Amino acid sequence: MTLKLLSKAAVLAAFAGLLSFGGAVMAATTEAEAPKTQFSFEGPFGKFDQAQLQRGYKVYREVCSACHSMSLVAFRNLGDKGGPFYDPKYPNSNDNPVVKAIAADYMVDDIDTETGDPSKRPAVTADYLVAPFKNEYAARASNGGALPPDMSVLAKARERGPDYIRAIVNGYKAAPAGLTVAPGKYYNPYFPGDMSSSWKGDPNDVPEGGVIGMPPPLRDGSVTFDDGTKSTLDQQATDVAAFLMWAAEPKLNERHQLGAAVLIYLLLLSTLLWFSYKTVWKHESH
Amino acid sequence: MSNLAVGATIDPGHASDDPSRRDFIHIAAIAAAAGGAASVAWPFIDQMNPAADTLALASVEFDLTKVMEGMQVTIKWRGKPLFIRNRSAAEIAAAQKDDNAPMKDPAKDADRVKAGKEQWLILIGTCTHLGCVPTFGGGDWGGWFCPCHGSQYDTAGRIRKGPAPLNLALPDYAFLSDTKVKIG
Amino acid sequence: MSGHSTYTPKTGLTRWLDSRLPILRLAHDSFVDYPTPRNLNYFWTFGGILSLCLGVQIITGIVLAMNYTANAALAFNSVEHIMRDVNYGWLIRYAHANGASMFFIAVYVHMLRGLYYGSYKAPREVLWLLGCVIYLLMMATGFLGYVLPWGQMSFWGATVITNLFSALPLVGPSITTWLWGGFAVDNPTLNRFFSLHYLLPFVIAGVVVLHVWALHVVGQNNPTGVEPKSKADVLPFTPYATVKDGFAMSLFMIMFAVFVFYLPNSLGHADNYIPANPIVTPAHIVPEWYFLPFYAILRAVPDKLMGVLAMFGAIACFFALPWLDTSKVRSMRYRPTARLYFWLFVLSACVLGLCGARLPDDQVIPGLKTFTLIDSDPNSFVWLSRIAALYYFAYFLLITPILGLVEKTSPVPETIASPALNAKKA
Repeated sequence: MTLKLLSKAAVLAAFAGLLSFGGAVMAATTEAEAPKTQFSFEGPFGKFDQAQLQRGYKVYREVCSACHSMSLVAFRNLGDKGGPFYDPKYPNSNDNPVVKAIAADYMVDDIDTETGDPSKRPAVTADYLVAPFKNEYAARASNGGALPPDMSVLAKARERGPDYIRAIVNGYKAAPAGLTVAPGKYYNPYFPGDMSSSWKGDPNDVPEGGVIGMPPPLRDGSVTFDDGTKSTLDQQATDVAAFLMWAAEPKLNERHQLGAAVLIYLLLLSTLLWFSYKTVWKHESH
Repeated sequence: MSNLAVGATIDPGHASDDPSRRDFIHIAAIAAAAGGAASVAWPFIDQMNPAADTLALASVEFDLTKVMEGMQVTIKWRGKPLFIRNRSAAEIAAAQKDDNAPMKDPAKDADRVKAGKEQWLILIGTCTHLGCVPTFGGGDWGGWFCPCHGSQYDTAGRIRKGPAPLNLALPDYAFLSDTKVKIG
Repeated sequence: MSGHSTYTPKTGLTRWLDSRLPILRLAHDSFVDYPTPRNLNYFWTFGGILSLCLGVQIITGIVLAMNYTANAALAFNSVEHIMRDVNYGWLIRYAHANGASMFFIAVYVHMLRGLYYGSYKAPREVLWLLGCVIYLLMMATGFLGYVLPWGQMSFWGATVITNLFSALPLVGPSITTWLWGGFAVDNPTLNRFFSLHYLLPFVIAGVVVLHVWALHVVGQNNPTGVEPKSKADVLPFTPYATVKDGFAMSLFMIMFAVFVFYLPNSLGHADNYIPANPIVTPAHIVPEWYFLPFYAILRAVPDKLMGVLAMFGAIACFFALPWLDTSKVRSMRYRPTARLYFWLFVLSACVLGLCGARLPDDQVIPGLKTFTLIDSDPNSFVWLSRIAALYYFAYFLLITPILGLVEKTSPVPETIASPALNAKKA
């Protein structure tokens, strides 16, 4: 009996192990591990913190959006349930005055139906956030050849995305002596890369991290938060990381809530089926 | 295996079992499973409803100076044609004269336009019969004529003859100025 | 199920239907009155769980196809459109993406159960072969589906897998060009992959029907491996197996729900949220977890063609298994030595999975530098995968045929009912 149990446990363990390998990151990473941040949206009951999203949006709008597009997010999304400017008075985010005002600040491309010429008009809530550059080439040309990635799903496109984003923005350091960093590039211990070729020191002690094309984007006081939160570099980095997670996974609140209901239902169903099973098999040896 | 008949069934001979309690647990389990399956159906049905980006489709603004008197411009709005007709005085008079004529879907001309802007008739350009686009100026009433099944509308867009049951529908719109209208 | 049917239509309508299309009789004989061995354990519930998985994948897939655009320029954004704008789109897409992993978890348990209890042995060879065909089709479908979101992993996964065929001598390059419909993975590739990804699940469903048919001809195996001999050995499928399967499915759904709602991206790869870029390969290419053992075998072999052959050979072993096993005893419950080798096989498959997720030159024991054996350090994942792959093949090609001839087995009970009754007495 014990043996049987043991072998069953072994099967389960083997599969759990196999599963965990699948999700595991490949090794041979040379960058420093991003410190763990406790975000409000983590865990099974996690939710976005609206005040934090508003602060994060301000950082994105005033700093990041100068170079980074966010082409999958529409103005209306900012007022969606769970979003930075959600207001229960306006269940339809297209009616939300804050969202309308944000959209109206931007000009978007249009076509003059009279002449067929390209024209500009103020954005409406249905429009998508306006990209800072016309196309990839323009973006590269303005950024020393590097392409600032679109930020719509950035927080999901990196392992431990929000932690990684916070660490990058927060983690610039002076390049250690012996490391050649090309002009217009910056050393960041959290950025993946292999620097053995530009390292003059001990080949067994290559510094971790890589060189990134983005200059340190934030410093203490870069933005002024409307809610009076002290605008430290770390605060800005944490808030923008949370905002980018919202942009990448706007249905997270809904997902966590529905998940709880589904699990409660399944536990109940399993209990009922267990008793049903026990009743049916009561008099049968097996 | 092939010569086997199924034998064992639930043994009814155990006196300690209360049959009603025994059945209850099965019924509860089946009901819970069925309820779950029914709830799962909803997301699969709801995904076919208009998505958030479709619902957010922008309203359109239109410059009325583009439409000459007695003419109509058709623009696309929410994937459908929208008629913007600049009615002549004679067409307005003809529409008002018929206000009390027998109709399938009685309506006053004044209720189909904005007060003081009687020349502007703005309608969703799909026949209320089966959705074709009626042609401008056709039919006995000089309004629209639907080529598909011969419905005829007057110069207020009211159904006067043919199989269509209702008048041409009015969208939500507002005049931003004398020459600019915002639809939706 | 051969043998006579016990179905008796009770109403006029069912009598009328029964003489024209005996579909109710078929359902009754297959899922109500079907005799199942009374000693089946929970590993036998995975057949039902797999049907559930197939159903979930087909239904969510049809619904996703209603909102997805199979065009290289639009595919990535259409998936994000599903995630952001379509009502419950995020739920349906996460259910489909994680459903694939659930499907493979269930199929691996199902296959290992067959391996352990000798379910492939006569007269169940055709049943087993049909199962292997389903597994192959599942792998093809899983691979094709992973390409559709058109992220970086989609694109480079498609590139690497289609390039496997370039290993074939002479015809290789023509075959890859034909598969791609161009000179690289591009829009024509995406379109045909979408078409095939939609088709294959229905082919799977068809083979499942054959699989169940074959099952009902030969009957279910059971943990003792002894065929049922009398009424005392079996129970009717309904309610005994139905309620047990239902309970197991419900438990399985709990695991499924935890992934969908709380860990929806944990089995995927972050790089697939970067749109496909044909001029930049991600730093680390890894297939989905369910392909990792085969991927490790591919990389363990230093020669391109031999690597591809070894990988396909690893799958072919499953097809050959009924004729490789020489044991007269079906179930490993009575084969203590075989049991040991079986668990070593499971271990080797897991180790291969681990190796597949790592870079070949990574150190197994960090910091321990030894020497170069042939082409790399023995303390590297490439050598670990070579050892595991050798055992993997040895298990099928050497251990299984030889062990059956030389092993000492423990006594096999006369009937299914006897050990059960004995257990009760003891």
